[in-house]
Amino acid sequence: MGILEVKNVSKNFGGLKALSDVNLSVRENTVHAIIGPNGAGKSTLLNCLVGKLIPDTGSVMFDGQSVLGRHPYEINQMGISRVFQTPEIFGDLTVLENMMIPILAKRDGTFELNALTSIGSQKDVIERAEHMLEEMSMADKRHFHSGSLSRGDKRRLEIAMCLSQEPRLLLLDEPTAGMARADTNNTIDLLKQIKEERDITIAIIEHDMHVVFSLAERITVLAQGTPLVEDTPENIKGHPKVREAYLGESA
Amino acid sequence: MFGLDKKDTTLLIVVTALVVLAPFILNPFPADSALAQFNAGYPDLMQRFVIFGIFAIGFNLLFGLTGYLSFGHAAFLGVGSYAAVWMFKLLSYNVVPAIVLAVIVAGLFSVLIGYVSLRRSGIYFSILTLAFAQMSYNLAYSVLTPITNGETGLQVYSNDPQILKGDGPDVTHLFGLEMGSAYTLDIGPWSFVFSAGYYFCAIFMLVAFYLAIRIFRSPFGLMLRAVKSNQQRMAYTGLNTRPYTLAAFVISGMYAGLAGGLMAAMDPLAGAERMQWTASGEVVLMTILGGAGTLIGPVLGAGFIKYFENIFSKINDSVLHQWFSFMPDGMEDFMVFIVHPFIGKGWHLTLGILFMLVVIFLPGGLVEGGQRIAAWLRGRGKKPAGGSGDPEHHPKPAPHVAE
Ligand SMILES: Nc1ncnc2c1ncn2[C@@H]1O[C@H](COP(=O)(O)OP(=O)(O)OP(=O)(O)O)[C@@H](O)[C@H]1O
Ligand SMILES: [Mg+2]
Repeated sequence: MGILEVKNVSKNFGGLKALSDVNLSVRENTVHAIIGPNGAGKSTLLNCLVGKLIPDTGSVMFDGQSVLGRHPYEINQMGISRVFQTPEIFGDLTVLENMMIPILAKRDGTFELNALTSIGSQKDVIERAEHMLEEMSMADKRHFHSGSLSRGDKRRLEIAMCLSQEPRLLLLDEPTAGMARADTNNTIDLLKQIKEERDITIAIIEHDMHVVFSLAERITVLAQGTPLVEDTPENIKGHPKVREAYLGESA
Repeated sequence: MFGLDKKDTTLLIVVTALVVLAPFILNPFPADSALAQFNAGYPDLMQRFVIFGIFAIGFNLLFGLTGYLSFGHAAFLGVGSYAAVWMFKLLSYNVVPAIVLAVIVAGLFSVLIGYVSLRRSGIYFSILTLAFAQMSYNLAYSVLTPITNGETGLQVYSNDPQILKGDGPDVTHLFGLEMGSAYTLDIGPWSFVFSAGYYFCAIFMLVAFYLAIRIFRSPFGLMLRAVKSNQQRMAYTGLNTRPYTLAAFVISGMYAGLAGGLMAAMDPLAGAERMQWTASGEVVLMTILGGAGTLIGPVLGAGFIKYFENIFSKINDSVLHQWFSFMPDGMEDFMVFIVHPFIGKGWHLTLGILFMLVVIFLPGGLVEGGQRIAAWLRGRGKKPAGGSGDPEHHPKPAPHVAE
């Protein structure tokens, strides 16, 4: 049994079958990549896991509990964190403030009317936030306005925010899309480091085969809303069906 | 001190000093001089400064922190006033129960309106709040007449129960201290008035201001700023944004209710016009003019608008003729003709122009203006720092929020 079990999930948009009968099992403490051509339904699938979309049929179980019908914030509190295709951070706040919010959310839950204590007195939270920034080599930027960071740094901050919640499952939707080679390699190294240092399951959607083959232990290939194959990277590389789906694309 | 850091403590002390010494500061001109008309140190106006200060501080807790722009906040102020006057009618002229009930009723009312309006954001939220406030305004004039006394406005009559009155005073009072009582200090040609009502309201404003600082600096305040910044990220960080925005809405509604209660405590009347959309718009102007999202901005904005409203609307043509009397006759008439539309009833034209100028040149409001002047003064003091690389290409450290 995987930590994430997707069974017979279908999702239609009007007449368009974005997902049909998807089964997916992500094993605990692995890096699982989901690849597939444009429009294959990868983002749709991910949105079904985090509560943004509700599948028409099927079930999604995380650690033995169904996530269907729950709000995104509830699913996050269950232990799933998500990184967006374009980094979603609190652009009006400082880097340190950005870091503190997920830590507070983890500590205090979905809502806490903590209106008369001062942030400065939340020593444990600040300490954890600073520690996390150090680990991500961002400590020198902690008082920067996060909206003014480079794209690579925003991505790094977003990942740091997710990790600070100690999620059991980290979902990434094309984390290197639109990045320069150097930033992409940094992100790969960062994810490798994360995987080495902690018990975490990572599911990653990615177009860049370089990223996929550097990180993934299992790969699911999705095409036109259905999984074609699921296998190890070695086997996927030479798989005829995959070549067919990716005809013209780099493999 | 008081759980605030050094900078905030300084701010609180400065504001306290200004508020306590306001009767002196606002009356710089001798009573019989020509400039006496620019004095603002009389009780009625000073009370309005602090009461609208409270209203704007509360409004800023919602708008400045979460970015939700309510266009119906005057409804809570009006409801607060009605609740207070009812306490006068039923119990006695003591202001304590009146203010307590004003805050509670405004709080409950804002739970209701907030719960519905916060289902939408952006312009839709603004329109919903506006619609609710206009609805309240119209109801106050029509079907709710038994509660609001319609167009006449709610007031205390001699045959009202006032069950706790006994032989207490016939004017609003705090356990016997009449709100209208004042002590006048004459020093030479100057005359300074210390009014009980003003200091009563001022204490509430200082407490309201202090609580606002605490909220700004709290984890709750951080979450409200997060709401403004990125709700999507919040939801995927495990936070339910709804209760945060609703709590902010209700707190700011209670501030408005307090302001309304204090208005009634100064003058035991309540009319529906207090709920009109122009009144809701005014607090928006105050907050933006002063600097939304800053601590002191709303207070400055409220003071600024109330001061100039008072001064400009008092100036009339004969005052203008006096001012320009040194000019040749034709010139004098011409100047009066030019200035005339901006004074008296034309004050709103002046306000509109001031507001546009501030929004265009000082998007951060008067606070930004102050910061620019301070930076300029500091820059003049020091030699310009040369060769500091290219600031353009380095991320800027963020300014400390809410100077
Ligand atoms: N909200 C929506 N409404 C209607 N159609 C949608 C919606 N979201 C996605 N689709 C459609 O569903 C299909 C799958 O989209 P999805 O975004 O999941 O693909 P993807 O695999 O993530 O593609 P890409 O690699 O381009 O990101 C596409 O044809 C898309 O146009
Ligand atoms: Mg996609």
